Amino acid sequence: MKISMMKTDSCFKGICWFCGSLVLLLTAGFFIQLLLASTDAWKEFGWRFFISSEWNPAAEKFGALPSIVSTLITTAIALIFALPLAFAAALFIADAPPLTSSILGHAVDMLAAIPSVIYGMWGLFILAPLMQKYVQPFMVNTLHMDKLPFVNSTYNGFGLFTAGLILAVMILPYICAVLRDVVKMTPAVLKEAAYGIGCTKLEAAKDIILRYGIRGILGGILIGLGRALGETMAVLFVIGNIMNMPKGIFDSASTISSTLASNFAEADGLQRSALFALGLILLAMCLCIQLLSQYFIHATKAKRGE
Amino acid sequence: MEIKIQTKKLNFFYGDHQALFENDLIIPTNQITAVIGPSGCGKSTHLRVYNRIFELYRDQRAEGEVLIDGKNILEPDVDVLELRRKVGMIFQKPTPFPMSVFDNTAYPLRLHYKLDKKKIAERVEQSLRGASLWDEVKDKLHSSGLALSGGQQQRLCIARAIAAEPEILLMDEPTSAIDPVATLKIEELMDTLRERFTIVIVTHNMQQAARISDQTVFFYEGRIVEYGETKQIFTNPANKQTEEYITGRFS
Repeated sequence: MKISMMKTDSCFKGICWFCGSLVLLLTAGFFIQLLLASTDAWKEFGWRFFISSEWNPAAEKFGALPSIVSTLITTAIALIFALPLAFAAALFIADAPPLTSSILGHAVDMLAAIPSVIYGMWGLFILAPLMQKYVQPFMVNTLHMDKLPFVNSTYNGFGLFTAGLILAVMILPYICAVLRDVVKMTPAVLKEAAYGIGCTKLEAAKDIILRYGIRGILGGILIGLGRALGETMAVLFVIGNIMNMPKGIFDSASTISSTLASNFAEADGLQRSALFALGLILLAMCLCIQLLSQYFIHATKAKRGE
Repeated sequence: MEIKIQTKKLNFFYGDHQALFENDLIIPTNQITAVIGPSGCGKSTHLRVYNRIFELYRDQRAEGEVLIDGKNILEPDVDVLELRRKVGMIFQKPTPFPMSVFDNTAYPLRLHYKLDKKKIAERVEQSLRGASLWDEVKDKLHSSGLALSGGQQQRLCIARAIAAEPEILLMDEPTSAIDPVATLKIEELMDTLRERFTIVIVTHNMQQAARISDQTVFFYEGRIVEYGETKQIFTNPANKQTEEYITGRFS
């Protein structure tokens, strides 16, 4: 009896061990497979793959720079718009009366549940036309933002800027959820101390609450960043899909993920290998971001002695 | 005797629950007033009306009058930020901000006064000296305030409070979370602060009240049972309840 129970127990232990290791194996597997499949491209182009901006299947010349740059630009635009919005929303939700707080909290969480293809359709049929008709003319003709570097004077509604805006809405719920927790976890007595010394709400928020939860906030930002880097579907609809080096934020371009999604179907030989190399770069970027965010969130908990 | 704070028929509510009943109290200028009474009797609640900090919570409200320098601070047109500069507060748990010792002390200065760097550094030193902390932290002004010991953190909070140049200091059981040696330091410090500030301290520690205060207020179940000169309250209380409490017959 006792022995058989010990047997089941060790069996259970074995299964758990196996499942646990499987996660690690899968991650390592992705890396190895991508590496193997991209060997030809690395052999052919070496480190120049990172700095070459030519993508010419006919001449079998491939470079990753335009898609890497486009990925970084859309992600940056997304963060620039999502961060202040998420912080303000988080502050409001954390401090609003219970009913308002719960309704708004769920509404923000719902944003995370919307499939990305829906965001893409929204981008294509609503956002892009709006951008072309109102927002971009306003930015160029009224604000004269085309005098700034990296802002084009021509526009068509599609491109990096529109993609960045969609990404901003998509990563908003993730950042907002983390910020909300940070605001709620700030000890009441610390907030009282801040208000007690004569802080306004804004001062208490930016000087005390933000500072107190800075690591958790960085973690939340990085989670949003990871999402934005890898997001494919929604971006695909509005980015324009041109494998050129973008000269400004209104240019059509192609991010790493949208390049992969739109080119694999007809790719073979060296191009296929180059696409795998792009995939490897994206995976490495996302994993780094993920590790960093884990570190920051962990460090916040450790600081509170959890 | 100059009157600094006077409450008239002060009632306080947590939602539907009434916590203070008709509190009438006079607090004299530049004296230490100790507020004593059993747990949950409304001492802290009463104190938290003076800087309107209770307003951070939606279901709490105060009725009646609280006159500071003759002006009712419960009026809606009162500048709460200025009120809170004038009425500093020290909490039970030390509450250093997540920044350096220097920035903690400089924070209220940057908030309320437009001063140049040199002036700020001067005032920071003054405030830290005023809180008897300068000698212990002068070499680590730029390390985190959270790295100090509990007693030092509490004195840092006092330094931060007095940096704003308040007129009144509210202390809500400031020594209940720190060790006896550090407590003694804070009591000595309070004795020096009396010259510059009107201090109201809530304390559970009867000896502390007797040691440091000029006037003592006894609260019981949300009512002010008795207040007067500390010596008189502790040696010859007028009320039987007060006598029973200070002789330890109930707590």
